[in-house]
Amino acid sequence: MKLLYYRHLQEASFLNYDLNPKIMEIIRYNRQMILPEIGAMGQQKLQDAKVLIIGVGGLGVAVLPYLTAAGVGEIGIVDDDTIELTNLQRQVIYKNNSIGKSKALEAKEMALALNPLIKINAITEKLNSKNVISLFEKYDIIVDGTDNLKTKCLINDACSVTNKPFVYGSVYKFEGQVSVFNYKNGPTYSCLFPEESITVGNCNEAGVLGVSVGIIGMFQANEVLKMILGIGEVLSGKLLVYNFLNNEQHKFDILKSDSTIHKASFDYKYSEVESIEIEASKALKQINNPEVVFIDIRNEDEYPKLKIKNSIQIPLNQLEFELHKLNTETTFFVFCQSGVRSKNAVEILINNNYNNAKSVVGGANAIEKMINNESVSVF
Amino acid sequence: MIAVKYFGAIAEKTNSKSEEFLFSELSLSQLIDSLEKKYQLSSMTFSIAVNKTIITNAENCMLKNNDEVALLPPFAGG
Repeated sequence: MKLLYYRHLQEASFLNYDLNPKIMEIIRYNRQMILPEIGAMGQQKLQDAKVLIIGVGGLGVAVLPYLTAAGVGEIGIVDDDTIELTNLQRQVIYKNNSIGKSKALEAKEMALALNPLIKINAITEKLNSKNVISLFEKYDIIVDGTDNLKTKCLINDACSVTNKPFVYGSVYKFEGQVSVFNYKNGPTYSCLFPEESITVGNCNEAGVLGVSVGIIGMFQANEVLKMILGIGEVLSGKLLVYNFLNNEQHKFDILKSDSTIHKASFDYKYSEVESIEIEASKALKQINNPEVVFIDIRNEDEYPKLKIKNSIQIPLNQLEFELHKLNTETTFFVFCQSGVRSKNAVEILINNNYNNAKSVVGGANAIEKMINNESVSVF
Repeated sequence: MIAVKYFGAIAEKTNSKSEEFLFSELSLSQLIDSLEKKYQLSSMTFSIAVNKTIITNAENCMLKNNDEVALLPPFAGG
């Protein structure tokens, strides 16, 4: 009788796709709903779930279609990148004619074509300390599809602040790592890798096969579904390391060793990192640091003249033509008279890959005051 | 005997997936020091697991016969 009922529904669906939406859902999700572990209740849990995927590169494009197809009710996609030819070998949801288009928007289009019953939010921004908290607060689970350690640390901190599970995945050549951090107050990424000052190549530099990121993305999607459905054992407090060449897998136990980060300490930690400005007092503390160069971007006729050891003068309107004289690795503290033009100069520098450039708040006026008041040694 | 397993970029430096050392007793820091020297690992970041548990304090860890150590660098690719 039951079988007949489903067959009847299926036949009806071929005839008329405008059936009652609830019936269409039952047909669409039939193969997972007939699992006793899922059923109608599980499907409702999926429908109610909100998942945020950070980055729709190799990992994210493996996670997205499966969560979409399974009927996760709301999925956010964060990516400010555009599709490049070199992406297509592993980011298999994009098409040849997608090159140059926004990853987040193309991924949204693909997902809605697959399943129009769910909501997809495309966020074409770069994840940063300013937008991360408000973004994470809107979702239940955060999936890491990023390709750099700095962003993984930011995700980890923000998941701690907002109390969200962090589904980690990462690949190095023919090996992959998977874990779920911060699940029900469990161990976090920093319990596994405490140091942030780490540099490892991303896929572009190290090289990777599409299937490798696909497999790890699939492990991540599996953890997401298990958490939503409340089935199986979540990979919390464990690091899974998978070798694609010999199919060996290792599971390591991670013990909780750090404490929850609160919003205030998060704000403090990130207040300086991404700011393009630096207080004059802090800039002057590094006046004898040989790796710091002060750039005076005022015109030659502006006063006060400041005698700072490691300093050069490049008027703002000359800056773009003089960039070749500067080393991209150097830290630049840029100042003008009061700190307005120097922000424009820092933007020019950052746009040209001089990423360690900051504008001195208050400019030459503030610096002179500091020198006079605190008798900072400038020579 | 102590077995050491290498992962990711560490395995590339050591040019092998695993290695065995004929010590019955050895401190974890001694082992790591000698591996860092032997394979020039000092510039690399990695976590250490002993018998499949990530060690948070390598200082006071004594290894015993048949222990298994793993060197796990963070992966970043995605």
